Amino acid sequence: MTAETLFALDLQALRYRWPGASADTLVLDSLRLAPGDKVFLRGPSGCGKSTLLSLAAGVLLPQAGQARLLGQDWAGLRSGARDRWRADHLGYIFQQFNLLPYLSVLDNVRLPLRFSRRRATRSAASGADSAEILLERSGLPPGLWRQPAGALSVGQQQRVAAARALIGAPELVVADEPTSALDEDLRESFMALLLERCAAARSALLFVSHDLRLAARFDRIIDLPSLNRAATEPNNAAVPR
Amino acid sequence: MTALLGLAARSAWNRRFVLGLVLLSIALSTLLLLGIERLRQDVRQNFSQAVSGTDLIVGARTGQVELLLNSVFRIGSATRNIRYTSLEALAKHRAVAWVLPLSLGDSHRGMAVLGTSVDYFQHFRHGERQPLVLTQGRRFESLFETVIGAEVARALGYRVGQQVVLAHGDGAMETNDHADKPFTVVGILAPTGTPVDRTLHISLQAVEAIHLDWAAGAPLPGQAVSATAAAEADLRPRSVTAALIGLKSRAAVFAVQRDIAAFQDEPLMAILPGVALDALWELVGVGERGLQAMSALVAVVSLVALVAVIAAGLNERRRELAILRALGAGPRQLLMLLALEGGLVTALGVLLGVLACAGAVAALAPWVQSQFGIGLRLQAPGSAEWLWLAALLVGGFGASLVPGWRAYQLSLADGLSPRI
Repeated sequence: MTAETLFALDLQALRYRWPGASADTLVLDSLRLAPGDKVFLRGPSGCGKSTLLSLAAGVLLPQAGQARLLGQDWAGLRSGARDRWRADHLGYIFQQFNLLPYLSVLDNVRLPLRFSRRRATRSAASGADSAEILLERSGLPPGLWRQPAGALSVGQQQRVAAARALIGAPELVVADEPTSALDEDLRESFMALLLERCAAARSALLFVSHDLRLAARFDRIIDLPSLNRAATEPNNAAVPR
Repeated sequence: MTALLGLAARSAWNRRFVLGLVLLSIALSTLLLLGIERLRQDVRQNFSQAVSGTDLIVGARTGQVELLLNSVFRIGSATRNIRYTSLEALAKHRAVAWVLPLSLGDSHRGMAVLGTSVDYFQHFRHGERQPLVLTQGRRFESLFETVIGAEVARALGYRVGQQVVLAHGDGAMETNDHADKPFTVVGILAPTGTPVDRTLHISLQAVEAIHLDWAAGAPLPGQAVSATAAAEADLRPRSVTAALIGLKSRAAVFAVQRDIAAFQDEPLMAILPGVALDALWELVGVGERGLQAMSALVAVVSLVALVAVIAAGLNERRRELAILRALGAGPRQLLMLLALEGGLVTALGVLLGVLACAGAVAALAPWVQSQFGIGLRLQAPGSAEWLWLAALLVGGFGASLVPGWRAYQLSLADGLSPRI
């Protein structure tokens, strides 16, 4: 074990420029999340949040620097291994929840298990991370579990999306503005579920949002524009994404 | 791969209406391809089974295909007859084992009438050298007796003992009936799947008898000859349409063919049935290939429609691709997902087409048999059909790689945030 493996996510001296762009989108010295860390990441639209999340998830590779998940540098893995590593260790919640409308609620929650044997095994072994338990804890009535996901209300979809990201207890959960379309009640119940499950599984949480009212629940608040040197570097007219 | 296949099936089911239409068009293409191939093979099978064990077919000089079609398949008419005495002379050739005269031209309710000798029932072979078998009755012995093929009996509902009236020529005009000399059905042959099934067999003497009061294809006015009077007339055959010849040894076939070509009394030709069949296939092969090309083109159009439908829906599915990427699906897996979806639709379309073809053969076989004398067989696909099916499946999967490749590129460009 090296010291690097202590961090769920470790971004160091990162530099990324979109293909065809004339300037760097993201220049970041250091960002680390230890297991169980809850980090609130804020910043205006276009400051490079989506790029940062794609780099954290290993979907994009930086031109310079290192992006590590559980000590494993994404760039050190071949394409297929990168996809497997992401499937095994990362849960992702989209802004629009992005459930597959043609799958049932249960199948949507179980979807990550199709791509990760490790999470499937962990989910089956622990019981607490099974799709049914997660849905029950999220307050979704069992009568809806076999319904197509497209038939659910926004609040119900959000809870399913959270259960999908949390199933199999991934070491890192990335949430990309998941509460932006929710009213106050739904936002509260969603946050309670997300934080409770992350704490139970000791999953690190990287939570991106504009809503500063939520920030107090997190260990750290990071302002991305102050972290991203792309805009301030000389001779670099930043084109964030 | 199993995870992807399940997802591909669910995703396809979600867009079942549009994909169902594409599936239907692939099924119809498959039906067309297999149907034409089945028909082609069964026609060839029927033709090649129509005569076997015959070494040479002799007739007046014409094209070898014309002589084959006329003498064996009752298609078209002979340019002219040959003298019966010529056949008697050929029968004395030291290499000839038997000669079966064929006298064609008359008909009965759309079925051919064949005047021949009683030896026909002994020497004629079809299929794999199978002899003719009587299921009811006996061979003709008396003058106005006929042995009918299985399809004649089935289609016209004839039994042994039934009286039938033959018509001169194709029987288009009622005045051309030989109504004054009815024939009695004395035997019914077992089905052969050849033109024999649609033929009424009578003796050569009977052919002479019904034409005693005819000349140049029309009844002679005021010269009616009754059946009783005809039976007492000189009924020695004067001419026939053609003859089938069996040799004592096949090794002599070319020598006998040359001797017949050099026959002194009248111009004759002898053809080898197998060689003439090859010439026939060469002739119809152009049409067959044209039909196949058209069917293949229809199949290609169906596959293009498949690609168009999947590609058109791709933009709406970019979120789906992003979800799958976040869950651990690689770009290559997304390529496979779309290719599998196309492959699945193709496979189901092909399966539906195969079943439809089997259903069509089962439903239409009796009608095709009665209308055209061609026996369609319900059987598992042969090597040529498997080739077509494999080409369709590979083509469908291959074509689906086009939208798959587009999905691959989109997923690389979009990452986790589709720019829709």
